[in-house]
Amino acid sequence: AVARGCGAVWRRARQCGAGGPAPRGQRAVACNGRGGAVPAGKSGLAPWVPVVGLEIHAQISSNSKLFSGSQVQFAAPPNSLVSFFDASLPGTLPVLNRRCVEAAVMTGLALNCSINKKSLFDRKHYFYADLPAGYQITQQRVPIAVNGSLTYSLCIDNKMSQMVTKTVRIKQIQLEQDSGKSLHDDTRSQTLVDLNRAGVGLMEVVMEPDMCCGEEAAAAVRELQLILQTLGSSQAVMAEGQLRVDANVSVHHPGEPYGVRTEVKNINSIRFLAKAVDYEIQRQIEELENGGTILNETRAFDSKLGCTVPMRDKEGKQDYRFMPEPNLPPLILYDAKSLPANMNHQQVINIDWIHERLPDLPSVKRARLVEQYGILPEHSFTLVNEDGLTEFFENVVNQTQMKPKKVIGWILKDLLSYLKQHSLTVKESPVSSFLLADLLNLLENKEISSTAAKQVLAELWKGEGKTPLEIVKEKKLELIQDQKELEQICQAVIDGQENEVIMVVLG
Amino acid sequence: GCRDWALRFQVSAALREGRVTPTELCQRCLSLIKSTKFLNAYITVAEETALKQAEESEKRYRNGQPLGALDGIPVAVKDNFNTAGIETTCASNMLKGYISPYNATVVQKLLDQGAVLLGKTNLDEFAMGSGSTDGVFGPVRNPWSYSRQYKEKSIPESHSKDEESNWVITGGSSGGSAAAVSSFTCFAALGSDTGGSTRNPAAHCGVVGLKPTYGLISRHGLIPLVNSMDVPGILTRCVDDAAVLLGSLAGHDPRDSTTIQDDFKPFELPSLTDVSKLSIGIPKEYDAPGLSSEIVALWSKAADLFRNAGAKVMEVSLPHTCYSIVCYHVLCTAEVASNMARFDGLEYGHRSAMNKSTESMYAATRREGFNDVVRGRILSGNYFLLKQNYENYFIKAQKVRRLIANDFVKVFRSGVDILLTPTTLSDAATYVEFIQEDNRTRSVQDDLLTQAVNMAGLPAINVPTALSERGLPVGLQFIGRSFQEKQLLTVAKWFEKQVKFPVIQLEEVKRHDLQDQKSASFS
Repeated sequence: AVARGCGAVWRRARQCGAGGPAPRGQRAVACNGRGGAVPAGKSGLAPWVPVVGLEIHAQISSNSKLFSGSQVQFAAPPNSLVSFFDASLPGTLPVLNRRCVEAAVMTGLALNCSINKKSLFDRKHYFYADLPAGYQITQQRVPIAVNGSLTYSLCIDNKMSQMVTKTVRIKQIQLEQDSGKSLHDDTRSQTLVDLNRAGVGLMEVVMEPDMCCGEEAAAAVRELQLILQTLGSSQAVMAEGQLRVDANVSVHHPGEPYGVRTEVKNINSIRFLAKAVDYEIQRQIEELENGGTILNETRAFDSKLGCTVPMRDKEGKQDYRFMPEPNLPPLILYDAKSLPANMNHQQVINIDWIHERLPDLPSVKRARLVEQYGILPEHSFTLVNEDGLTEFFENVVNQTQMKPKKVIGWILKDLLSYLKQHSLTVKESPVSSFLLADLLNLLENKEISSTAAKQVLAELWKGEGKTPLEIVKEKKLELIQDQKELEQICQAVIDGQENEVIMVVLG
Repeated sequence: GCRDWALRFQVSAALREGRVTPTELCQRCLSLIKSTKFLNAYITVAEETALKQAEESEKRYRNGQPLGALDGIPVAVKDNFNTAGIETTCASNMLKGYISPYNATVVQKLLDQGAVLLGKTNLDEFAMGSGSTDGVFGPVRNPWSYSRQYKEKSIPESHSKDEESNWVITGGSSGGSAAAVSSFTCFAALGSDTGGSTRNPAAHCGVVGLKPTYGLISRHGLIPLVNSMDVPGILTRCVDDAAVLLGSLAGHDPRDSTTIQDDFKPFELPSLTDVSKLSIGIPKEYDAPGLSSEIVALWSKAADLFRNAGAKVMEVSLPHTCYSIVCYHVLCTAEVASNMARFDGLEYGHRSAMNKSTESMYAATRREGFNDVVRGRILSGNYFLLKQNYENYFIKAQKVRRLIANDFVKVFRSGVDILLTPTTLSDAATYVEFIQEDNRTRSVQDDLLTQAVNMAGLPAINVPTALSERGLPVGLQFIGRSFQEKQLLTVAKWFEKQVKFPVIQLEEVKRHDLQDQKSASFS
């Protein structure tokens, strides 16, 4: 069975003024996953159930575009990566990029989808400056992958020790073209068009409305992001637009049909996704409780104001006038059984072949970490979720005699909190895994105390190129093992504090 | 005598043996183009590049290393194929002055084999029409309007005023290419064929017009009308020439995913002596309302010709033929609506001065850039694609298309090798008469006998058969099995040999030009 939402029920909207960020605590409670109806608010109405579905566009990591040979590259000079086809010159035709198909198949398999052995391409028509052909080639009728699921975990009340696992159904994954970019110059009232992105391959992952709050949406997207990065099917960097999330949000009373939904766009980080969804839920509840109605509209998330605002809609509903793409034959995929014997293997895509070569997915990695190192499951999440942290951890473990269970404490409490505090990634850490391993070895060999180790680490962050041992020597932080020396030090302390000694002796 | 000069072997042999040089041949064609300018067959004449190409070809001949049968042969290309450096207009304001940065695959193949590209030929705007009368550069005149044959029979004792109103259309939409071949200004021309656009003008202009199987020749660089039906067409003076052109153009193109994967082996056509093993089907539905009695008679005479030569000739039925034209209309306009969406004035082509908003700029650009015919088709196509209409129109039309294609499959499966039908309902109308009806009505009438073949993707060829009572050409259409061009052309060649279609006697053209042209190829 598939988990349907988190069972949490929201109640009255927050009272804060328009545009202001919602109080953090209220959200956390609302999405605590404990379930159970929260008593009705002062209005006396039944509680509210939020419903959240996601449409995620992941740019396929590929050297060239979905239907043309143009290079794919972020932040290249404007219009420097545009083929005749990308600019929709008359007479040009699409030629499907094999790599993009393989990436979509990989992703579909990783998300437990059934892969359609025959999928089709369609044209979706609308006029826009950054859509040169006047239509987008997409997969509306029969997408490449359908009926999958994504399992993700999130912690309750922000406590790492209380994690719940949830599943969201994946409706489909479709291949489609990205659009170009329009830059509106209002002062000179002109629009500048950059077609570098036009025609880049996208996988649109459609998640069913199985989520109920921003935290869930954020956790699901984070897990998807990790999977894509593990597969290499997308770099999935949200800040570079390689992963774009639109959230469909509605609220309704338990037992009633779903409410009218809004679509929230312009979400460019996972943190903002959680904020945007929660804001929109609260807004809708507030609107409805004040006797208003929800419009089926597209809203944009304004990250500065922390709220969603209606987008200037293009004169009502669009009719996309879908039509089969006549220049592309159906996309046929094979498996070991259906693969024709006389077929050139370079010309066909074998689903089973791709399946066998899927890398370990994040969930498998976590299980392995727990088993191999005896660490807690929630620690495995942190290791896997932070880019490069697992490798860092394993490098340290391999170079010390310290038990992994103890190492993880240093990694999570000391290293990670330092990096977070200074907004650094694991790769940017001033302390390498070698240095940390050296330090932990000093500690493990009882050459220094753990207090001293923290002092050494504090020195190491400065990144002055000293080894832990050098710092220990310099600061004289070694544990003193010699009885005589210890006695001398004690005697010196006592000698130096004559008055206090007398006081103590006298009681 | 006169018609022999058209045969490729003669001109190729003349070139090989040095009896004529590519430059001489090119110059004679260019001079003929000038003296037949009133036909309006060409939109652009690429004199300079043509002469340069001829010069290159001449070098190759001098070195004894010609590239093949096409080296040095002057050809023309319909102005809806992209040609790098030479304007490609589609006879539309939208693309007036547009110079493509690339060559269509077929154009590139011609050039790679040494052909000399004389210029771009006239058409109906974006190939939407059946008369070559609806382009922004004006109508194409049928060379037969100026033939002795037509004048003797149709305009006895005419004075000049009458003559001006008596000229006949070429048919379309590849009318410029048909007229160019028919008036000897080139040896072969490319057309395009979506619903009959190559075969129809070929029939009216008395030339061979081949529509190959869908997927046999690359469409890359052909500005599309209906992607699922378009094929580059071949217009030549004889069936053998069509086979040579086909051999040089056919085959897989990595730039067009709808082309066949296998390599295409060029073939030479055998001269059939025995047709007794052939089975010719006569589809009864092609005896359509509006078919002139003259053509009915000719068609049945052709059937007799095969029967008398020992072939099995039988009446067959393609029961869904009558739904074809309506179905074609829906599918065609839907794809047109989609294909024309790219012409928004942003990246290329005409852009209106209107700058109130992006939307108003789009609207004005498209209103100024497209003629009524194109705009009308875009509107109806968008209507058929609307969500509430899609099932009732587009999906239904697709189903009917399948039925029509299946009709052909069944007939061929029953043992028929080739179908024989008329190409057009009648001989060419005068321009004055033709424009009495609007483009849509004309297209419905004129595509009637040709477009079902496009729906089924089959190969078909127009073979000039005889002159009508008015002294104008009439052609018959042969339809073959998918990818069975060799069989189709072999039968067409046999038929061509039997009917001995007369050569056009052009009088308006300066006699010496023509004489030169003829002597160049078969002395």
